[in-house]
Amino acid sequence: MKTFTKLFALVLLAGVLRPAGADIHVFACEPEWGALTRELAGDKADVYTATNPFQDPHHVQARPSLISRLRRADLAVCTGAQLEIGWMPQLLLQSGNNRIQKGRPGHFEAASQVKLLEVPESVNRALGDVHPDGNPHIQTDPRNIGAVAKALTARLQQVDPANAGYYATRGSDFLKRWNAASDRWTQEAKPLHGVRVVVHHDGWSYLFNWLGIVKAGALEPKPGVPPSAGHLAELKGALAGNPARMVVRAAYQDDRADRWLSAQAGIPAVELPFTVGGTPGATDLFGLFQDTIARMLQALKK
Amino acid sequence: MKLRHLAVVTASLVPTLAAAADSNAFNPDIALVLSGIYSDIQHDPDGYTIPGFTLPGDSGPGSRGFGLGESELAIYANIDPDWYGMFTYSMHMDNTAEVENAFVQTTSLGHGLTVKAGRFYSGLGYLNEQHSHTWDFVDVPLAYQVFLGSQLKDDGIQLRWLAPTDLYAEFGGEWLNGSSFPAGGSGNHGRGTYTAFVHIGDDVGFSNSWRAGLSFLHTRSIDRTTCIDAGCSTGTPDSFTGTSRTLIADFVWKWAPNGNVYDRNFKLQAEYLHQGDSGDFTPAGGSAASLDRKADGWYVQGVYQFIHGWRAGLRYDRLRADNPGVPASTRRATRRHARASCWTTPTASSAASACSTTTTTPDRWPTTSGMCSTS
Repeated sequence: MKTFTKLFALVLLAGVLRPAGADIHVFACEPEWGALTRELAGDKADVYTATNPFQDPHHVQARPSLISRLRRADLAVCTGAQLEIGWMPQLLLQSGNNRIQKGRPGHFEAASQVKLLEVPESVNRALGDVHPDGNPHIQTDPRNIGAVAKALTARLQQVDPANAGYYATRGSDFLKRWNAASDRWTQEAKPLHGVRVVVHHDGWSYLFNWLGIVKAGALEPKPGVPPSAGHLAELKGALAGNPARMVVRAAYQDDRADRWLSAQAGIPAVELPFTVGGTPGATDLFGLFQDTIARMLQALKK
Repeated sequence: MKLRHLAVVTASLVPTLAAAADSNAFNPDIALVLSGIYSDIQHDPDGYTIPGFTLPGDSGPGSRGFGLGESELAIYANIDPDWYGMFTYSMHMDNTAEVENAFVQTTSLGHGLTVKAGRFYSGLGYLNEQHSHTWDFVDVPLAYQVFLGSQLKDDGIQLRWLAPTDLYAEFGGEWLNGSSFPAGGSGNHGRGTYTAFVHIGDDVGFSNSWRAGLSFLHTRSIDRTTCIDAGCSTGTPDSFTGTSRTLIADFVWKWAPNGNVYDRNFKLQAEYLHQGDSGDFTPAGGSAASLDRKADGWYVQGVYQFIHGWRAGLRYDRLRADNPGVPASTRRATRRHARASCWTTPTASSAASACSTTTTTPDRWPTTSGMCSTS
């Protein structure tokens, strides 16, 4: 029992020693939302990002550390649209935190702020990892980031009204810089319009929709199902008749199938950051798009 | 005794509900788990004994040959802004069925507090709370079989508190009916069992995480019946009236490169259980004698998933019993140990199958338990 008491005292002590400065604790499910919250909340928020850019956000374990971070959170910023269906419900149940439960102001879902693409008319497990609400990988279109930034600013003001003015100033400053950068990227990426590109996973629909890129096929036979030899051979055959210019994948995806197709079809395999931190250039949200477009333009020259 | 289990197949069917804006949108989530098993057991499973221990009536290695494993239907949903509810109905291969879990749980208390009430698996130890279809091996370690009757599941209430720290630190306690082994007969008017547990855990980088725990279980039994063999097929049951105190220490280490469990991961897990019984013991056909007995056991297991859907694992168990005041017989041997190995076979995205062979060595010293794996 003595050990119990000591342990208890230690835990209480650790609880008292909170980092000073930040007014609210934010739990961000993916790096892009962690980065956006930092842009909007500055030093008023202590932001914890639950996943890293080299981690598949579809498959995350509900680790003890995630539960304890969510327990203290005043705001959880996630993608939603069932991207985190495999792990977030467990974390929410075990967190003992009523502020961030679904339907509360502390529960923010980015996908609810934008129009989702690829909403299936019917769903069936036989079709692979289909998201019934639509494609959740919304962070590859800067216009979506802008829409989410607006809504997240309002949510920060609601959760932490004492700093509402601060968030308003930061929010409008970010949007000004963001809209200017978005216009620049749209101009820079013009050569990509109409270009046929093979994807590893259907994670680029919003990017392609924004820039007018044409999806020439996917390495995964069905969403979330690893590339098979048969499917790759079929894809290679299809590309022979109607070639693509490159094959793109996210930093967290295995590159073997990409390299195979790259060699077979004679097109470059391009690794894109997909989220903040995915490549050395993607240090923040601005870097994410800068680097994505630079890498695709570079591949176009090959 | 040689004992071999081959092939367990489980499949989880979790239909996802379309976000239709009609009345169906309020339907709860439904999950159905199907499992199948093939067991090759040389000795009659009804004669399954663990020397030095008496077993609760429903223990044992299962039946021979092909069989349906446990089919489990789970229904769960948020009931309202304050409560979450879960119901699991388990159908066994012998066509018996039971309400496995039926509980409500708070979601709105805040301050790290969660209250659960109903029938649930106790939060003590590591393995206890996990449903059988999520086990890495087809059966629980020997220590769980003899000290907890495989799994402690009872009716009652549970309180958990999560400390507001970056380090995961959870404190919990339960007050239970006392109808589930090592309790029996719902002692103290159905309030005779309580538990207390603490779990701490953290990450080491993005690839490693660990959890350690310490749990205590106090039970009061009135005429608790146990048998020397599975299913009580020989003789009359033994009877025990008294108290049991169980202490469990558990530790789990998980590894997955960059937190990606999908392709490769490794899990090392170990638990130590210590149990003391004191009271009156009436052996089958004998007369009551006072009993003050101590026993302990532990297991350690490692499971490696080397490619998506394929895992291999190894488990080692050991038990030790000290039974003073009880007539010596072959079933009262003081020590035994067990070995087990398991390898698993392919899985689809949410279906899994597994296969394993276990060798059991005879007699009073080493014996073992059979096992295999599911997902």
